[in-house]
Amino acid sequence: MSQKSRREFLKLAGLAGAGLMAAPAVALAGHPVAGANDEELGMLYDATKCVGCKACMSACKRVNGDYGALSYEQAKFDPDKLWDAPQDLSGSTRTLIKLVKDSPKEWSYVKYSCMHCQKPSCVSVCPVSAMTKDKITGIVDYNKNTCIGCRYCQVACAFNIPKFQWEKAIPQIVKCDLCKNTNLKQKGISACAEVCPTGAIMFGKRKDLLAEAKKRLAEHPKQYVNHIYGEHELGGTNHLYLAALQFKKLGLPELKGEAPAEFSEKIQHTIYKGFIAPVALYSTLCFIAVRNMKKGNGHTDDHKPEEGENNESR
Amino acid sequence: MSHDEYQIHRAKILTPSFWVLLTLAVIGFALIAVRFIWGIGAVSNMSDGYPWGIWITYDVATGTAIACGGYAVAILIYIRNKMHYHPLIRSAVLTSLFGYGLAGFSVMVDVGRPWNAYNFFVPSQWQANSAMFEVALCVMAYTTVLAIEFLPAVLTRLQETNWSRARGFLEKYHGRFGLDTPVVLEKLEKLRQRAVWLQPKLDKVLIFVIVLGITLPTMHQSSLGSLLLIASTKLYPLWHTGFLPLLFLINCMFIGYSIAILESIISSFGFKRPFEIDQLSGLASITPYLTSIWLCVVVGDLVWRGQVTNALRLDFYSAFFLLEFGLVASGSLLLFSKKRRQSPRWLFITAVLIVLGGALYRFNVYLIGFNPGQGWRYFPSLAEILITVGIVAFEILGYQVLVKLFPVLPRLHGHEVVEKA
Repeated sequence: MSQKSRREFLKLAGLAGAGLMAAPAVALAGHPVAGANDEELGMLYDATKCVGCKACMSACKRVNGDYGALSYEQAKFDPDKLWDAPQDLSGSTRTLIKLVKDSPKEWSYVKYSCMHCQKPSCVSVCPVSAMTKDKITGIVDYNKNTCIGCRYCQVACAFNIPKFQWEKAIPQIVKCDLCKNTNLKQKGISACAEVCPTGAIMFGKRKDLLAEAKKRLAEHPKQYVNHIYGEHELGGTNHLYLAALQFKKLGLPELKGEAPAEFSEKIQHTIYKGFIAPVALYSTLCFIAVRNMKKGNGHTDDHKPEEGENNESR
Repeated sequence: MSHDEYQIHRAKILTPSFWVLLTLAVIGFALIAVRFIWGIGAVSNMSDGYPWGIWITYDVATGTAIACGGYAVAILIYIRNKMHYHPLIRSAVLTSLFGYGLAGFSVMVDVGRPWNAYNFFVPSQWQANSAMFEVALCVMAYTTVLAIEFLPAVLTRLQETNWSRARGFLEKYHGRFGLDTPVVLEKLEKLRQRAVWLQPKLDKVLIFVIVLGITLPTMHQSSLGSLLLIASTKLYPLWHTGFLPLLFLINCMFIGYSIAILESIISSFGFKRPFEIDQLSGLASITPYLTSIWLCVVVGDLVWRGQVTNALRLDFYSAFFLLEFGLVASGSLLLFSKKRRQSPRWLFITAVLIVLGGALYRFNVYLIGFNPGQGWRYFPSLAEILITVGIVAFEILGYQVLVKLFPVLPRLHGHEVVEKA
């Protein structure tokens, strides 16, 4: 290949790359995350008040069982199917209480369910808008009638919340929707918060939950780790936690304040802004290709491929 | 471009390799049936922690890169105006068509609710923030484009045929199956006339389709990288970078050229045709430049993000990173020698090194460097692997058969004495 064409090639490669190069640079430059919307609905789970009765788990399954396609999970020691015994959140279980033992004297219960992020990754990545965030309540909801089952939401969620029904021929994603279509609609409160006998689960607007959490931290500073989990994590979540043990030990990962979706969307938007780049690329390439065709029609066609090759300077 | 550049490979279709590939394909498709009856969990080891297994990692993310031969060669021919590579394009397009078509098919096997896929065509459901949305639309569009690009081969064949096989069949079964020989032949003749009518019209607009076939992979190959941008807490920092889209784009180009070389050498070897050394060494002189750019971006990005110590730690992740890096770098270094570029053996070895390295990069990003948290583990199950093997076998099988039915391979000049077994 000739020296000249190599240069041409590098030029072209450079052009193609320039747009893509610019994108991450812009994104990495950073930008302020929009403030959290504290009017949205959420829950405050106080691990120090939880007694591990699992009333929330059974209420969730009772209320959402049919709507959410949940089912009871059998334990190995229980051939008669007397208890519901999920090991983890799964395609049958939206919420779960676990006991975490740090030492014989230090232990804590912890409740898992969807964090209802302010800027949810699952909503950002869903290709067919099956995951949505309600503009007013902030509830992150799932619609099985549009979902294609690609499981990108599972890849994207930093909390590993969305679960897939691996054993079903007609599977769906399972995750908490704050009883949006069941208990919340009928009674104005999520089922788990409604039945909690100790008040460990508080349901309400994020601003009220935050105020309550801050009050508890101020009143009983020795009882808690001085941190409201979810206040800033990944741009803020509507499900908040208070606990006596380190959150990391409770299975709640240490996370940055920026939502991953801010980062990825910024890059995607820079590349595809107004669909200008793809159209520009297509028209430029068309121009080059048509010009080449016209140039080529005169002679290249008549030459046998081998001869053309031999003419190349190496 | 004239259509005399290509020829049908006259050889037996039902070879031993045909039967082997067919067996593998049948096993794979039987397991796919199992998946649709008893769910994905019945055949695969995927879990809520590793929701994407080898079907996505190999069949889609890596398979489409391997299918980028058509894309890479098209850039060379139509954009860089190297018309003497034109004889290579049809076989490259055919493999791309199979690669992309079957990647799309794999996705339909992998997704849980494929019947809802029509939502990609419902504007109110569109979700432009999702890289997956972009990939899905582009891959569907590109597969269509590839089919149109391959159409001239089919049309040429239709025009030249005298339906000898069909005639033989009709004579043998005359009167049975309700087949009336003259009526059928009349219909076949009509089909032939349609092909004659369509061919010149298609030739006129084909260049715009071809250019679309260059634009679309540029878009979705970079988006395949963007897919993992969101997994900032799960993808190991060696691979999680804002440059993922750019790295995936360059990666698919050098894999594309290397695969075009491999394909040509393997089919020359398998079909007992002479090697197209001149064209291949031309292709091989491009790859080291692309890989150099790629390696520079990788290193520069690691330095910028302060990840160099992680890369040299020699732990699990670092080992895979160094392997990927080493394979691509060694393959490219070897190719800087002009002498090696003239040798089929070295062309083959270097192309294998680069394809392996490039493919490992994609595996690293999608699976090996992906860690959803403690307690999760993934290694594909046998059935999962067999499904992928079956799909790949079907791909090779289809290629083998189609080059013997349609004018796909480059016409041999001065080599007319090739055996016509």
